Amino acid sequence: MNCFEIKNLDLFYGGFQALKKINMEIEAGMISAFIGPSGCGKSTLLKTLNRMNDIIEGCKITGSVRLYGEDIYNGADVNLLRKRVGMVFQKPNPFPMSVYDNIAFGPRTHGIKARCELDAVVENSLRNAAIWDEVKDRLKKSALGLSGGQQQRLCIARALAGSPEALLLDEPTSALDPISTGKIEELLLTLREKYSIIIVTHNMQQAARISDSTAFFLHGEVIEKSDTKTIFARPADKRTEDYITGRFG
Amino acid sequence: MRRRFDEQLADMHNNLIEMASLIERAIARATKALETQDAGGARDVIASDDIIDDKEKEIEMQCLNLLLSQQPVARDLRQISTALKMITDMERIGDHASDISELCVYLSGQDYIKQLEHIPRMAEATAKMLTWSINAFIKNDLELAKTVIAHDDIVDSLFFNAKKDLIALVHDDAENGEQAFDLLQIAKYYERIGDHAVNIAEWVIFSITGLHKGSQVL
Amino acid sequence: MRKAKLKLSERILRALTWAAAFLTASVLVFIVGFIFIKGLPYLKPSLFAWNYNSENVSLMPALISTVYMTFLSLLAAVPLGVFSAIFLTEYSKRGNKFVALVRVTAETLSGIPSIVYGLFGMLFFVNFLKWRYSVLAGAFTLSIMILPLILRSTEEAIIAVPDNLREGAFGLGAGRLRTVFKIVLPSAAPGIFAGIILAIGRIAGETAALIYTAGTVAQFSVNPMESARTLSVHMYALSNEGLHTGEGYATAIVLLLLVILINAASAWAAKRIGVKK
Repeated sequence: MNCFEIKNLDLFYGGFQALKKINMEIEAGMISAFIGPSGCGKSTLLKTLNRMNDIIEGCKITGSVRLYGEDIYNGADVNLLRKRVGMVFQKPNPFPMSVYDNIAFGPRTHGIKARCELDAVVENSLRNAAIWDEVKDRLKKSALGLSGGQQQRLCIARALAGSPEALLLDEPTSALDPISTGKIEELLLTLREKYSIIIVTHNMQQAARISDSTAFFLHGEVIEKSDTKTIFARPADKRTEDYITGRFG
Repeated sequence: MRRRFDEQLADMHNNLIEMASLIERAIARATKALETQDAGGARDVIASDDIIDDKEKEIEMQCLNLLLSQQPVARDLRQISTALKMITDMERIGDHASDISELCVYLSGQDYIKQLEHIPRMAEATAKMLTWSINAFIKNDLELAKTVIAHDDIVDSLFFNAKKDLIALVHDDAENGEQAFDLLQIAKYYERIGDHAVNIAEWVIFSITGLHKGSQVL
Repeated sequence: MRKAKLKLSERILRALTWAAAFLTASVLVFIVGFIFIKGLPYLKPSLFAWNYNSENVSLMPALISTVYMTFLSLLAAVPLGVFSAIFLTEYSKRGNKFVALVRVTAETLSGIPSIVYGLFGMLFFVNFLKWRYSVLAGAFTLSIMILPLILRSTEEAIIAVPDNLREGAFGLGAGRLRTVFKIVLPSAAPGIFAGIILAIGRIAGETAALIYTAGTVAQFSVNPMESARTLSVHMYALSNEGLHTGEGYATAIVLLLLVILINAASAWAAKRIGVKK
């Protein structure tokens, strides 16, 4: 089953075309990786999936993006969409509030007020993000006191608290050390069964390690998308090969 | 872009070519010694096998080093893993050359029961196969690699004919039996060399296309 | 050679920084010391009598009026300033001409001498609106005076809130309103309170703008339509008359303590409301 179906997607920032005629299907229950050089449009495409581009002035989109068959650009509630499609950013961005309030922010936004319900959501999300044991004794303390890796897992937990269908990650480990990176990768592999995960990464090895399918972007176009093993063992396109072997001109 | 990596790859290629030429020389000299019944030449071939083994170790280290430091993917990964597989077969070919030489030393004291006819031709054919397969690897030449595989049929039929002749000789005179066995063993070594060249060619095809014997291994 | 030279310049620079810091600190210590020496002998209980008369020259009514005036000015200026800043930073589009105009206006306003505000307050609130000399006219004049300060400092504080926090909130499905009030403002609170503290300083120290708007009546009244004097104005009046200069210094001590107290309270509030680390 496809989680996302993208058809003829063009995206402009003012006069600049950042995405050109993107056609892509993203399967559910898998980790999909977007790779490509800086400015190739991979992050931009990621942000169209939960309409984070809406915030950017002068951003115009044509074509359609469907989430389980439902067009997310025509008549969908943006805030509800972002609950269904969680997002984790490059730099860990915990809110300057307690661990508990960080996790509860999403559910509270979407109308959950009952204390016991929130307690359950917070615990579940933290457990799912494999950080419960590390923070259970300091739920009321500021999230800013956590280490970078813990903060990023907290951000994943925060996104999971909305029980999303898909999880978007924009270079989630680029600011982290190898051990924290390893923990996040392990975590993503355990989450794969429950959520469709899409990850933008500059780390080729990371894409090769954890993703099931990989798409290579260049100058706003998808050059090649196929299962990760094929991309990294015998890519079909010369440009893909040049990029992943580091001979990108 | 990745100049150092490309240099290291070129260095590895050169080592492969060197190893191949060492082996080709060993085959040629073993064959020559066999034809001229030159025990000294044969002993030289046996002694030189160590050089080939050292070369194998060197290339092996180079490849593992590249895997470690460059974490190659795609074409680079296929090339380096192919080289790792190739040198094993090449080393075995070297071993066969010295196996042949050992028998040559043993046979140097006695007259041949027949004029050597098929064996020099097998030697020629297998040496060619080895050269071609290495060239195919260096130049990413898919057709040449396929030629190597096709060429094995010639070696096989030469071996078949040699065997037929030897059987006939034993049939004529049971006294010929012992030498006939030795000569058959020598022919078998050449035939094995051909098989190893085919193995190499198959890995070369993997390096170029990503498919090994027609199926995905990666 | 070069190394020795560098070391010398480094030493000179270090000496200069120390000298500058020492000078600043000593000026402050000197002023405070001067005021205390001159004022302490006059800091008598009679100075805190509930009612003012020309005998006791009590500062109590002025003290209460100061707090009252500060409170009223902030009440008018803070919501206006903070909400304008929110609008300018979070809601208006980048490069908007109106926003640019508001910014230029705010900057210009902050450069105007306070006497000009005083004259405006007198002409508009006192004369045109017929509020006469009153606490309200004074408070409104002061609030116009501190509005640019609060607007700018709030704006700066909001802009300083990292965008990735907003992204995080939007990414969780929070709308702009919720993002601003739950994420941006709490993060910006220390900066906003810093602006408010500065504003309090200006209110407490203001005389010129108040003499023409709030008048100089030395009695306190809860009715904001009555005239009243703040501590600064009270000091001005005392030293102007020349009869109670010592009491003037004593009043200065009280004003100093009051400002410190208000600042401490604001800082404490900022900590409570803002970022918990």
